[in-house]
Amino acid sequence: MWLFKKEEHKEEKPAAEEKKKSPSWQFWKKDEPEKRPEPKPESAPSVPEDIVVAEIPEAETETAANETAIEETPAVVEEEPKLSFFEKLKKGLGKTRDKFIGNITDLLPGRTKLDEDFWDELEETLILSDVGGMTSAKIVDDMRDKSKRGRIKEPSEVLKVLRDNLAEIMDKGDTSLKIPEGELVIILVVGVNGTGKTTSIGKLAYRLKKEGRKVILAAGDTFRAAASEQLQIWGQRVGAEVIRHNEGADPAAVIFDAIKAARSRGADIVIADTAGRLHSKVNLMEELKKIRRIIGREVEGAPQEVLLVLDATTGQNALQQARVFKEAVDLTGIVITKMDGSAKGGILFAISDELKIPVKFVGLGEGIEDLETFDPKLFMDALIQVEEG
Amino acid sequence: MFESLQERLGEIFRKLRGRGKLTEDDVNAVLREVRMALLEADVNLNVVREFTKKVKEKAVGEAVWKSLTPGQLVIKYVRDELVNLMGGDEPRLEMSQDPPTVIMMVGLHGSGKTTSSAKLARYLKSKGRHPMLVAADLHRPAAITQLQVLGKQIDVPVFAMGAQEKPLSVARAGLKAAISQGNDVVIMDTAGRLHIDQELMDELKEVRDYVKPHEVLLVVDAMTGQDAVNIAEQFNTQIGVDGIVLSKLDGDARGGAALSVRFVTGKPIKFIGVGEKTDALEIFHPDRLVSRILGMGDVLGLIEKAEVELDKEKMEEMQKKLLTQTFTLEDFLDQLQQIKKMGPIENLLGMIPGFSGMPKQAKEFVADERELTKIEAIIQSMTPSERRNPAIINAGRKRRIARGSGTVPADVNRLLKQYDASKKMMKQLTGGKGKKRMPFNLPFPL
Repeated sequence: MWLFKKEEHKEEKPAAEEKKKSPSWQFWKKDEPEKRPEPKPESAPSVPEDIVVAEIPEAETETAANETAIEETPAVVEEEPKLSFFEKLKKGLGKTRDKFIGNITDLLPGRTKLDEDFWDELEETLILSDVGGMTSAKIVDDMRDKSKRGRIKEPSEVLKVLRDNLAEIMDKGDTSLKIPEGELVIILVVGVNGTGKTTSIGKLAYRLKKEGRKVILAAGDTFRAAASEQLQIWGQRVGAEVIRHNEGADPAAVIFDAIKAARSRGADIVIADTAGRLHSKVNLMEELKKIRRIIGREVEGAPQEVLLVLDATTGQNALQQARVFKEAVDLTGIVITKMDGSAKGGILFAISDELKIPVKFVGLGEGIEDLETFDPKLFMDALIQVEEG
Repeated sequence: MFESLQERLGEIFRKLRGRGKLTEDDVNAVLREVRMALLEADVNLNVVREFTKKVKEKAVGEAVWKSLTPGQLVIKYVRDELVNLMGGDEPRLEMSQDPPTVIMMVGLHGSGKTTSSAKLARYLKSKGRHPMLVAADLHRPAAITQLQVLGKQIDVPVFAMGAQEKPLSVARAGLKAAISQGNDVVIMDTAGRLHIDQELMDELKEVRDYVKPHEVLLVVDAMTGQDAVNIAEQFNTQIGVDGIVLSKLDGDARGGAALSVRFVTGKPIKFIGVGEKTDALEIFHPDRLVSRILGMGDVLGLIEKAEVELDKEKMEEMQKKLLTQTFTLEDFLDQLQQIKKMGPIENLLGMIPGFSGMPKQAKEFVADERELTKIEAIIQSMTPSERRNPAIINAGRKRRIARGSGTVPADVNRLLKQYDASKKMMKQLTGGKGKKRMPFNLPFPL
């Protein structure tokens, strides 16, 4: 059983981290059992002081203007207590899980048969988790059908079948990032406003740096006030160079420059930030297509990854977001953020079911390490616990 | 905006049209569809239950009406109940007798607090107030800079301290600064936080207890799903919410969260955010929102907007032309220019009744601002006589017009076809079949 597997991890951990008890129901991949380094901004030796590319005329003044903001960042990072990370997860995801399971197991006591009321309630439970009316109906119909054919006899079997069904929907193959060796990898990050693109990029850069990659960040959000500054602060934290232009500049040009910079500095990966845009804005989606075209023109086979950042609190509109972004820029994966809240992210089922885009990362907080890889099987096991045997 | 929900409901009501009687089965059938439509619109399940229950009670009780068709009857009940849910009258911002009025913006990460703060400051400034923005989001990197940049754009002072400060000290010093500088409204931007993060909620309580805000506005993303209920409930019980700002309503989210939030907090939605620019903030009108959800279109909103921006005389003249069908391409051009003045076209279109029923392609065509610019260019490349009498435009003229406007003859053809279609449509609308008369006249053809 998965839950016990997780327990084993605990023993591998240094005693100093005793409070970071890994919750038995966590669904992200726990890939670093060793002690995590302090998230102080490490300065990459090869990164020059001036973090703006020389070709940009405003470089000097821009950097100077940002100095004040950047100076403050170490304090912010240090203030994040390591322990609260897991506590937060526990609290947040615990809530998600408790409610999900709570709701479903609430259906069970006192039920001796699987009648229509039961199926209706099960459907509503799924709907309350943002699974969506259509997908919920589909899932429940399938189970009702199984029940009629005698595959489910007892209400107690329901959870197991439900878990397997959902896990099947969520399993869309490889969830790791495509990072072919020996070529420049471009990761394009897109999404609507306020989902957490810039924050996720910071966390992702931190992960990739830890894996020993040389990462360059492209501040492609030239629209929102101070978005470039925000990315730059993240760049300082993780020790990644940030290429930026002025507010209002052409985002494609920023990314173009970042690719050039990556080539001349021998970087492995460029992570390109983009301005948040509602998928319903035709002109902004066209701009995104153009950005993708330019990346493809500059680097063959790029962007290797196009990640859509989705907010877990979003309801059914997330499906439409995924649909439109997929059509525009051909998504390779999803980053689901704010999963440390009480939202259940049930819309992921609908997206996975209809669009077959794998979820690759899960955002679980504001800290630099609060991004985990996604494991669909563990995700389901976390949400639906089944007493086996 | 809300058009998906509109489409859904519109479809249901169309199905009911033309039947003689409203039976209990009918009501049930409709409510099943209404329920699904509302759920797909992200209205919370419990709210939906309550809603459909009430409608059913009323509808079945008075099932047979002679004066209304079954469809109309259901519209009436559904609408009445939605209006009921959304709350009756128009909400106001509470202004203190003893300035400064303190407004505190709270909400989840990325809901749009900072942008909404700036929009609100701009709105209040336009009403003759002297707002000050206080940058109390010390968590997100560059949040302070963002507010400062926005403050500069709208020419509103921004009070900020270093990011290493505590929110309480920033709030305290900001308030003091506002008093000494004579600002009568203080808008406090706070850090995004999860409603289940007790530590950060306590921090917010601390700030609230000190500044004693006259208005605590919860900023809610219009795209929020079922969790909207939990978010609103937690912020309301822990901090105490006076009103809601519904952000990102310019997207295509169905916005059911608005109903949910209103339902659980009982607090009014005061403003809606309809764009990324600082002027994209509007006062919330519950009655209009309900009309919009019901697919009746926001006729009121359109008229109000039109009144502000459009010259009244011109409108009357246009109306006369519509009625007498002497509408020329020149008038078309005139209208295009008027429309452009009224703001983003997509915002306007959502208000037009029946727009959600239009085929997708047509919608895309009209909603694309650049397409409008193209049309403008084409018409401007015509001679006055061509504009007045498009019938004279032959192949040669088309080529010339296309060259002049940087388009191709096919574009010119398309425009002329559309013009013809609009004219035909207007003939039907204004043809005066007596009972089917439209209650209003569009200031431009579609």
